[in-house]
Amino acid sequence: MDVLLLSRLQFALTIMFHYLFPPLTIGLGVVLVYLEGMYLWTKDPLYESAAKFWTKIFGLNFALGVVTGIVMEFEFGTNWAVYSRYVGDVFGSALAAEGIFAFFLESGFLSLLLFGWDRVGPKMHFFATCMVSLGSIFSSIWITVANSWQQTPAGHEIREHMINGQPFLRAEIVDFWALVFNPSTMHRLVHVWLGAFLLGAFFVMSISAWYVLRGRHLEFARRSFTGALILATICSLAQLVSGDLQAKSVAEHQPAKLAAMEGLFETTESAPLYLWGWPDEEAGEVKYGVAIPGMLSLLIHHDTAAEVPGLNDLDEQFGTPPVWLTFQSYHAMIGIGMVMIAATLLASYWRWRGTLFEKRAVMWFFVLAVGLAVAGNELGWVAAEVGRQPWVVYPTIVDGQAVGGLRTSDALSESVSSGQVLGSIIAFGLVYLLLFALWVMLLHQKISHGPEPVAPADRPEKAGLLAAAASMAAHEGSLTEESRGASSGG
Amino acid sequence: MDLNSLWFVLLGVLLAGYAVLDGFDLGAAIMSRVARTDQERRIVINAIGPLWDGNEVWLVTFGGALFAAFPEAYATIFSGFYAAFMAVLFALIFRAVAIEFRSKLASPWWRRVWDFNFFASSLLASFVYGVSVGAAMDGVPLNERGVYMGTTLDQISPYAVLVGAMTVAMFAMHGAIFLYLKTEGELQQRLHGWMWRTFGSFLALYLAVTIATLVYIPRTTQTFIDHPWAWTLVVLNVLAIANIPRAIHLSRPGYAFVSSSATIMALVALFGIALFPNLVSSLPQPENSLTVYNAASSPYTLKIMTIIAALGMPFVIAYTAVVYWTFRGKVKLGPHSY
Repeated sequence: MDVLLLSRLQFALTIMFHYLFPPLTIGLGVVLVYLEGMYLWTKDPLYESAAKFWTKIFGLNFALGVVTGIVMEFEFGTNWAVYSRYVGDVFGSALAAEGIFAFFLESGFLSLLLFGWDRVGPKMHFFATCMVSLGSIFSSIWITVANSWQQTPAGHEIREHMINGQPFLRAEIVDFWALVFNPSTMHRLVHVWLGAFLLGAFFVMSISAWYVLRGRHLEFARRSFTGALILATICSLAQLVSGDLQAKSVAEHQPAKLAAMEGLFETTESAPLYLWGWPDEEAGEVKYGVAIPGMLSLLIHHDTAAEVPGLNDLDEQFGTPPVWLTFQSYHAMIGIGMVMIAATLLASYWRWRGTLFEKRAVMWFFVLAVGLAVAGNELGWVAAEVGRQPWVVYPTIVDGQAVGGLRTSDALSESVSSGQVLGSIIAFGLVYLLLFALWVMLLHQKISHGPEPVAPADRPEKAGLLAAAASMAAHEGSLTEESRGASSGG
Repeated sequence: MDLNSLWFVLLGVLLAGYAVLDGFDLGAAIMSRVARTDQERRIVINAIGPLWDGNEVWLVTFGGALFAAFPEAYATIFSGFYAAFMAVLFALIFRAVAIEFRSKLASPWWRRVWDFNFFASSLLASFVYGVSVGAAMDGVPLNERGVYMGTTLDQISPYAVLVGAMTVAMFAMHGAIFLYLKTEGELQQRLHGWMWRTFGSFLALYLAVTIATLVYIPRTTQTFIDHPWAWTLVVLNVLAIANIPRAIHLSRPGYAFVSSSATIMALVALFGIALFPNLVSSLPQPENSLTVYNAASSPYTLKIMTIIAALGMPFVIAYTAVVYWTFRGKVKLGPHSY
């Protein structure tokens, strides 16, 4: 196999495995800030117990995010040296900013978050939690800036750089803020954040629903589920708007990517929007598809008759990305988004009616739906990165002409052999399989153990005597199975 | 000083910060074999527990800063030293996993496997760092484009292996002193002996490396002729090394730790001076070397990077100080420990 394919496979493997963790860290970070903030405000020990429980799970995810993240930073240099030489001036700056502004903040305060419960006061601990969460958000900003510059480069010039008397072309920053706020940064950043919040919320709902099904830690589980459900409902609706804005931006700046996402082989007036289908790249058509006529034109140009350029006209300037994979990953992501909207709206309705936690099938759905959230995050990136091909840095459109850009096939390391990459890809495959197994095993162990029990007597009396009596009758007074066992024994 | 030289110095600061900080936690892992019982092994792991993650960020930031300031050097070093970087990556992964997962199950077999991984991966990472520094001192074959032309085996010269061995001994000594500071009782008594043994090994290897450098890499002596002030670093280095046994003998382990930290910083500085103005020295064609000028980003980018560093680094030093202050004192195992 050739070095190009192997290096791309290795990057895909390592980035997709890595990306299991950062969105979970960002999403859970927000949950932790909420729980600790509520504890400081209400002094209800249930919040403290919940914060400590989610912190343990957060720590586990964080550690795996860090070690798989170092791999990513090294891989630009090890496997994509020509890319690194071409973009280091621009892309390297964003990575260095991420290290200085985000990683130190996250990892420094993480130690207070994980190990500082008995060493610092609750307010300082809350501050540390906020800083870790902020650090993870800073990190997402810089890495999204760097990636968005690859998609819609701005703020740079292609200049000659002399090495030993020979000129070489490379990108150099000329306007730092134009680079940071390149045309796709804000759209993509919002999309990434919403994806991360959704994953965090579905993760919390999954574990909470499992406790509800098992009849364990009920008060903890219901509260966690309700909070996460509110977050997930808002974010899944917002993600629809964010996705629409982003598609318009892709249509403007990366027309061939849009055509591949939508399976538009020919330039079409009144272009259809496929709900599903099977793009046949050889035949140049979408088979077995169901489409809404004129809908794509409407979404992009607000006019059902407008013309949308197809791959036949774009290929010369932009090349053609792998259509099948781009189309399917993009459509699967949207399908997952729609399922999330429907599920969170229905669940919110049932929660409002007070019947949600009795519906066992719905609870089972939410135990498993975290898989959908993971898949949605991963598939979105597959569509974004595969749709960018054959470019690693997309050309810029100036007066309708594609200018600059760097092809993926030109970006490889000169001095790395296919044997070396084959060796490392096998090693990554085996090691990551082991890591994944260990992660699942420990997650299972922590979930089985659950949050520390909180005795009802420790909680501040907020409801009146009557409500307390009513909850006693409904066997809701005990918050966890441990304390329930204790109270029935005593 | 121009921005190119400033960034060479800043990278040196990041590398020295990494070597001093991760040096003691890699070293503590190498010394973890001294711990005999499960309780003692947990004390070793928890001595570095809240610190190792932040220490590794110095390496990540060093990589990012090299990428941003000197992309040509980043590309050549990372792709040329492919096998070495992969070895370091896998070592760091196994080490993190060992720390994180080792105490999660009670099975003695499980713990023994991860304890060995903790030790072996830290030893491997330290050795590979040393060998890579040795290979960089040696010089590596570059073409006129600054692309690495050698093989992985070219990087493993006897000199590079010697530097690798010295690095292991140095981190082991640094880690032993750190653990001595963080432990009590019988384990601490055993570590006292190991401070002497690791110091002895380091001293012997340090002398061997110094002689080998003077004999085999004459280029490095040129620096001391061009810049006589560089001798002060050599003097500081020797004083710092000499102060380690003195401080151990006087039962002042805090001073011994400061001295071993100063030793590491001085060695990183000497490595930098031996290289400067090169980032990657080319051999046998020295004219192909990548320098702080031909490998650098544009002046505008270096200026932006300098602003970013000036804004960020004071905060970094502040967080690091807060964390080290919070976790000062002897290790106490609690419900949140590893």
